[in-house]
Amino acid sequence: MNILAIDTSNQVMGIAILKDGNLAGEYTTNAKRNHSVRLMPAINQLMKETETEPEELNRIVVAKGPGSYTGVRIGLTTAKTMGWALNIPVVGISSLAALALQAKFASAVICPFFDARRGLVYTGLYEQHVSGGLQLLENEVNIKFTDWLDTLASKQQQVVFLSPDIEQHYQVIVEHMKDLAIIPEMAYHYPRPSLLALAGAEQQNEPIHALTPEYLRLVEAEAKWLEQQGNN
Amino acid sequence: MINNEEYILGIETSCDETAASIVKNGTEIVSNVVASQIESHKRFGGVVPEVASRHHVEQITMVLEETFEKAGMTVEDMDAIAVTEGPGLVGALLVGVNTAKALAFAKRKPLIGVHHIAGHIYANRLIQEFQFPLLALVVSGGHTELILMREHGSFEVIGETRDDAAGEAYDKVARTLKLPYPGGPQMDQLAAEGAANINFPRAWLEAGSYDFSFSGLKSSVLNTLHNAAQRNEQLKKEDIAASFQASVVEVLADKTYRAANEFGVKQVIVAGGVAANKGLRAELNRRFSNGSQDLLIPPLALCTDNAAMIAVAGSIAFQQGHRAGWDLNANPSLDLELYGKRGQIKQK
Ligand SMILES: [Zn+2]
Repeated sequence: MNILAIDTSNQVMGIAILKDGNLAGEYTTNAKRNHSVRLMPAINQLMKETETEPEELNRIVVAKGPGSYTGVRIGLTTAKTMGWALNIPVVGISSLAALALQAKFASAVICPFFDARRGLVYTGLYEQHVSGGLQLLENEVNIKFTDWLDTLASKQQQVVFLSPDIEQHYQVIVEHMKDLAIIPEMAYHYPRPSLLALAGAEQQNEPIHALTPEYLRLVEAEAKWLEQQGNN
Repeated sequence: MINNEEYILGIETSCDETAASIVKNGTEIVSNVVASQIESHKRFGGVVPEVASRHHVEQITMVLEETFEKAGMTVEDMDAIAVTEGPGLVGALLVGVNTAKALAFAKRKPLIGVHHIAGHIYANRLIQEFQFPLLALVVSGGHTELILMREHGSFEVIGETRDDAAGEAYDKVARTLKLPYPGGPQMDQLAAEGAANINFPRAWLEAGSYDFSFSGLKSSVLNTLHNAAQRNEQLKKEDIAASFQASVVEVLADKTYRAANEFGVKQVIVAGGVAANKGLRAELNRRFSNGSQDLLIPPLALCTDNAAMIAVAGSIAFQQGHRAGWDLNANPSLDLELYGKRGQIKQK
C-alpha cells in the first residue's frame, strides 16, 4: 500500500510517501513561506524522486488542523481533491495527534500544542496506548495556556511538551510545571509527515465530501451572531 | 480516433459561490454547477471572507462530482483545468487554486490560471462569438470598468472607478434603506416601482474621461435621506431607488456609448453581477438600439459568478498556449492588463 501524507496545517510543511509501511521519501521545511505556492511543486518532486505515479497511490493522509486556517485548507483541499480524482480513501488526522506521535514512546503523558495568539493555544492530552498508538486523554481545545497548565500541574504527573512554538512558551511552562515538565530538544517539536502517514494508515476513512478542517474555533462573526441568537 | 472537440473544466471560488463547469470548444456549456453561500452570509449582512473560505472547502468536491455527473464525463475527458487565480478574496481563491492544481496533478492535465474579470467578459462568448475590436462594460460589487479588446486575450482598461464600484454603491444605499441583503437586486426591483423624481448628481468627471465615481452620488443619497428625516418628511423608498438608479445608469450607459463610438467597436459587452440590473439593461438597449454596434448582455445566470465563464476564458488561454506551473498562487489583486500580457512578459 502506498500512502501520501500531507501536512500544511502550521508553519512546518511536510510531505511523506510510505510504501508498504516503509519510508520512500519525506520532505519537511520550517520556513515562513506560502504553502499554496510550495506544496504542489514539493509533492511533484517527491513523487518523482520516489518513482511514484499518482495512480499508484492507495491512500492520502492529511493533517486536518488545528492550526493556520489557510494552511489547513490548502492541505485539506489538495488531499480531498486528489483523493476524489484518484478514487482512493482520504483520512484526516488531528495535527496535534500527529505532533504527539513524536513522543509516542514516552511513559509520561504528552501535551502537543500550537500557539493560537493572545495567550491562547490549541492543545490536547495524549498517552501511549497498549495498541501501540496514542490515546486521547483530554479533548482538543482552544484555551488560555496558563489555565491549561494549571490543570495539568494539579494532576501531579510528568508531561512531555511538544510544540514548534515551544521556545516562546518555555518559561511559562517551567514556571507552572516545575520539574514535571519534560521538554526535549528543538528538533522533536516539528511534526514528521511519515508519522502522520503511519497514523492514518489503518484508520477508517470518512466519505471525502464529509472531510472538513478541525478549526477548534468559530469565525468571530459567527460567534457574535450565535450570541445574538441566544440573547433574542 | 479523430477528436476535434475540446473540453475545459472551469473552477471559480473567488467570492461566495463555489462553482465548477465543463465547457465544450470554448462556446458551449456541458454542465454548470454553482453552490451559492448567499443564505449563510445573509445573517451577517455581507460576505464574511473566513466563512466563505470554510464553505468552499466543504463544498468543492461535491460541486466537482455534480459537474462531472451532469456531464456524464470524467476528469480524463478534460483537455485542461482552468481556475480563477484572482482577483477576489484570497482565502476563497486559494481553495479553487489548490483544487485545480490537485486535479491537474492527479490526472496530468494542463493547468490554466484565469482572471476573474476576463471570465465575466468571456461569459458572453457562450451566447455569441466575439468580433473585435469590442468594448466591455464590467459592473459588479467589486468592479466598474470599461475594457477595450482588440483581440482574444488582450485587455486595455480605458476607464475605471476612482472610488466605489457601482455594485458597492448599490449595496451601501440598499443598507441605508434597510433593504435585506443582497441589496442590489432589491434596489433594482424598488426602482421599477418608483419615479426618478429626485435629481441626484451625475459624476461625469473631466471631459472625455471614461472613469467613474459613485461616492458623491452615495453621499448625496445619504444627505437627502438625512435632511428629509430632520424635516420629518417621508420619502418613498421606491423613488429614492429609482432616482439613484437613474443617476448610475445614465452615467454608465453614456460613457459606454461614447467609448463605443470613439473606438469604433463592433460589439459592446456588458458583464458582471450588475449586468443583471433591469434598469441598466433597458437603458443600454435604448442607447444601442440604432444597431451600429451589437449589444451583448448575457442571461442573468451568466452575469453572476459562475465557472462556465472561467472555462471559456480558460479555453482561449489554452489555445494561446498559456500554462500555469505547480506554483500557481491565488492573487487577490491580479491586474487585468498585466494578465493579458503575461505571455509576452515571460518571453522577454
Ligand atoms: Zn464576479
